[in-house]
Amino acid sequence: MHQRLVTLKIRRYDPETDPDAYWQSFEVPVEKGDRLLDALHYVKWYLDGSLTFRRSCAHGVCGSDAMRVNGVNRLACKVLVKDLGEEITVEPIKGLPTMKDLLVDMEPFFDAFRSIKPFLITSGNEPTRERLQSAADRARYDDTTKCIMCAACTTSCPVFWNDDQYFGPQAIVMAHRFIFDSRDEGADERLEILNDKEGVWRCRTTFNCTDACPRGIEVTKAIQEVKRALIFRRS
Amino acid sequence: MTTTSPQLEAPRSRSRSRTSFEMYSWIFMRMSGLLLVVLVLGHLLIMNVLDGGVQRVNWGFVAGRWASPFWRTWDLMQLWLAELHGTNGLRTVINDYAVRDSTRFWLKMLLYTSAFLVLVLGTLVIFTFDPNMK
Repeated sequence: MHQRLVTLKIRRYDPETDPDAYWQSFEVPVEKGDRLLDALHYVKWYLDGSLTFRRSCAHGVCGSDAMRVNGVNRLACKVLVKDLGEEITVEPIKGLPTMKDLLVDMEPFFDAFRSIKPFLITSGNEPTRERLQSAADRARYDDTTKCIMCAACTTSCPVFWNDDQYFGPQAIVMAHRFIFDSRDEGADERLEILNDKEGVWRCRTTFNCTDACPRGIEVTKAIQEVKRALIFRRS
Repeated sequence: MTTTSPQLEAPRSRSRSRTSFEMYSWIFMRMSGLLLVVLVLGHLLIMNVLDGGVQRVNWGFVAGRWASPFWRTWDLMQLWLAELHGTNGLRTVINDYAVRDSTRFWLKMLLYTSAFLVLVLGTLVIFTFDPNMK
């Protein structure tokens, strides 16, 4: 197999030894089909075992390894090293507190997610069979069901970087998934939550979120649809 | 293990106001923007291009235009929409970029004060303009 060397320039941070973050470069041999995650594994397994990052399934499904790669948010397990040039900068995602190296505290992100009530809200008696839905009704919110909660969108948002109170794209995507679900009856409640001054009106349509989403969700479009639903709702 | 991660204010803990101010402000920006395209481009065309352009603009020219309620209304709308549109735009910029609460507060106070002065003075001129005043 043909191998070549690339330089991984990684933002290191360990509050137990040094209060400041710093850059550290590693020369890593990579093969043609290697993903960035393979290169990070090489560093951790052969060069510096203290390098800390999250990953679980390693195949773009669990959403654990979102990081800032060459300045944009990507999943390390989905982006190929051959597409990243000779020197690759890797940083933790922005806007959430860094705990160590590429590991961030996801709690503020999950708090925003929880606050839009990400569960089915219904009234009346439970049906004896499953809640049926037409194919067209299902298609209405199909795009936003793809979210894997990797936080790539929310942490690519310049508004979120400066304002940790902003719900962020992911929470709005998840609200969209329920607001436009014909079986759900909590739309008004969720719209009211997102009508907050830290809600959808904070969005500046910079499209960073749409670009960052590893699932290809049209995040900005979903946010705009929630804005439209708020403007035209009857109340 | 002790974590040294910075403690964030609990997100979305602020008391939720039930007003739709941000929504109306968002709609206002779009509507006023559309109107301003017409008003400002029309203004620029009249003042700078037609009939020899800006050289002909003097006291008499302004007096002639403002003899008509149409042009006074045009200019009044332009003043109010542009000032409020700009103020609201700067308000969002301050909200986005000013990190400290006190910085944000004082920048906005400065902004609102200047907007108020411009609106009051401009409106006063449009309503009290007298072509014969010395």
